Amino acid sequence: MAIEDLFKVVKARFVDEQPAQTAEKDVEIPQDLLFKCPRCGGVVYNEEFVRAMKVCPKCGYHARLTWKERLDLTADKGSFREFDADMKSLNPIGFPKYEEKIARMQQQCDMNDAIVTGECTIRGYRCVIGIMDSHFMMASMGSVVGEKITRAFEYAAEHKLPVVMFTASGGARMQEGIISLMQMAKTSGAVKLHSDAGGLYIAVMTDPTTGGVTASFASLGDIIIAEPKVLIGFAGRRVIQDTIRQRLPDDFQSAEFQQNCGFADMIVERGMMRKRISNILKLHGFPKEVTGR
Amino acid sequence: MSELTACEKLELIRHKNRPTVNDYIPAIFTRFMEFHGDRLYGDDAAIIGGIGYLSDTPVTVLAQVKGRTLEENKKTNFSMPHPEGYRKALRLAKQAEKFRRPVICLVDTPGAFCGIEAEKRGQGEAIARNLYEFMTLKTPVISVILGEGGSGGALALAVCDELAMLENALYSVISPRGAASILWKDGTREKDACEVLKITAEDLMRFGVCDKIIPEPEGGAHVSKEQTADSIYEYLVDAVYRFRQADIDTLLANRYQKFRKIGMFTE
Repeated sequence: MAIEDLFKVVKARFVDEQPAQTAEKDVEIPQDLLFKCPRCGGVVYNEEFVRAMKVCPKCGYHARLTWKERLDLTADKGSFREFDADMKSLNPIGFPKYEEKIARMQQQCDMNDAIVTGECTIRGYRCVIGIMDSHFMMASMGSVVGEKITRAFEYAAEHKLPVVMFTASGGARMQEGIISLMQMAKTSGAVKLHSDAGGLYIAVMTDPTTGGVTASFASLGDIIIAEPKVLIGFAGRRVIQDTIRQRLPDDFQSAEFQQNCGFADMIVERGMMRKRISNILKLHGFPKEVTGR
Repeated sequence: MSELTACEKLELIRHKNRPTVNDYIPAIFTRFMEFHGDRLYGDDAAIIGGIGYLSDTPVTVLAQVKGRTLEENKKTNFSMPHPEGYRKALRLAKQAEKFRRPVICLVDTPGAFCGIEAEKRGQGEAIARNLYEFMTLKTPVISVILGEGGSGGALALAVCDELAMLENALYSVISPRGAASILWKDGTREKDACEVLKITAEDLMRFGVCDKIIPEPEGGAHVSKEQTADSIYEYLVDAVYRFRQADIDTLLANRYQKFRKIGMFTE
């Protein structure tokens, strides 16, 4: 082998886009019957996967939930009161086909934009809750997401309530241009306002928490919890690989990686989440309400 | 004022003789002295921080540094800061608050650096912390975008009382190249993306993001560094004068509202 060829091999190894966490072999899988884990590639019966609260039984990856699934797993039954349910996006920079995209997403996801906010109790402890849903345009943050989060924190500051925010996002919503960038400043300002009023903010990072959301309110929790094996980072894996031309370690930007680097207080499994959150609320002296499941 | 398109402006701000903060700082501030390091990890040459006089007012200057040669750019990482750059900026902003110095941010970056080390040291957290802390920094903060205002990497130095842009500067949530590769799976169509994204100073005035446009000489800032520096100087002297008059509570309430009101939705 000529020396140049050797370099070619090495170069190919480093430069190649290697989605290390997806062992894609394109096996035809009947929808709704089987679940194929995007992390370990393992295949299990969907029924089993759903019973395990959408956690991969093979590797422990905590898969993405819809906002309804998350709400059901988190809030006491019947305790949720939604805020700003009718808020809808406009098209501030006249981005081509944005309205159509939003309309399609609204129909598909049964929500008006990528976050649902409101008030609920968790094992009897009252809090303001926000749930981002990555099925809606990868839960990117535009005007509606920014405004709802801001109002949620302002409401919580006014009513001396803690905030529990389930974060998931691909980042700022490109289709709203600079307006979406400003939501990072706006939401961070609202977190500060809530914090200065003595409010407790628990951020729960779920899959995937990235980009402008990581670079704003998601990283500003008094307490930051992550679900196991989820993706958390600032820049996309591919962008980094293109910049530095190196293969990235498999666990790069995982919840575990973030905890090792010092950016998550704890990793909590889905089945324990309600209990852990309510214990934290209790520890901060919030009163338990009598109703609740 | 010129009627250049976003993409013509993109070419102008990438002009090899476009002045950088290395030109502007000595021309605008006197007795500037640089302070190094974030006291946590290291010193990032992509952001210069220090103190000096603006006219006869002591100010803190935080500036993103583009190089003009490859050598300079290697040192300043093409003005793409690491977390320690943002943390140095925050440290010096807190110091400015303590000694009641106005903070002047000079923004010129393609974006925060994307790399393994930057992730390990919390690029996202570093930017978030700046947004959070600058929002209630108890001293006037004036930001000027000189050339490229690249996304969160620019915003981390642009939570301010007033945002000014040089006439040809651009400020965007995503690089035109990045937008093109997402939109059309074709990074070479950055010129098309440039127009779609609405990123010129005029656009941003309309959205209420930019508050003042600082004129550049005919043909762009590089035609006369001195004239451009003079215009920035005049703007800053006026802005600092205005914001020092306001009491701190009003200043902070207005700063919160400046960002609070941005967003377009129905309900």
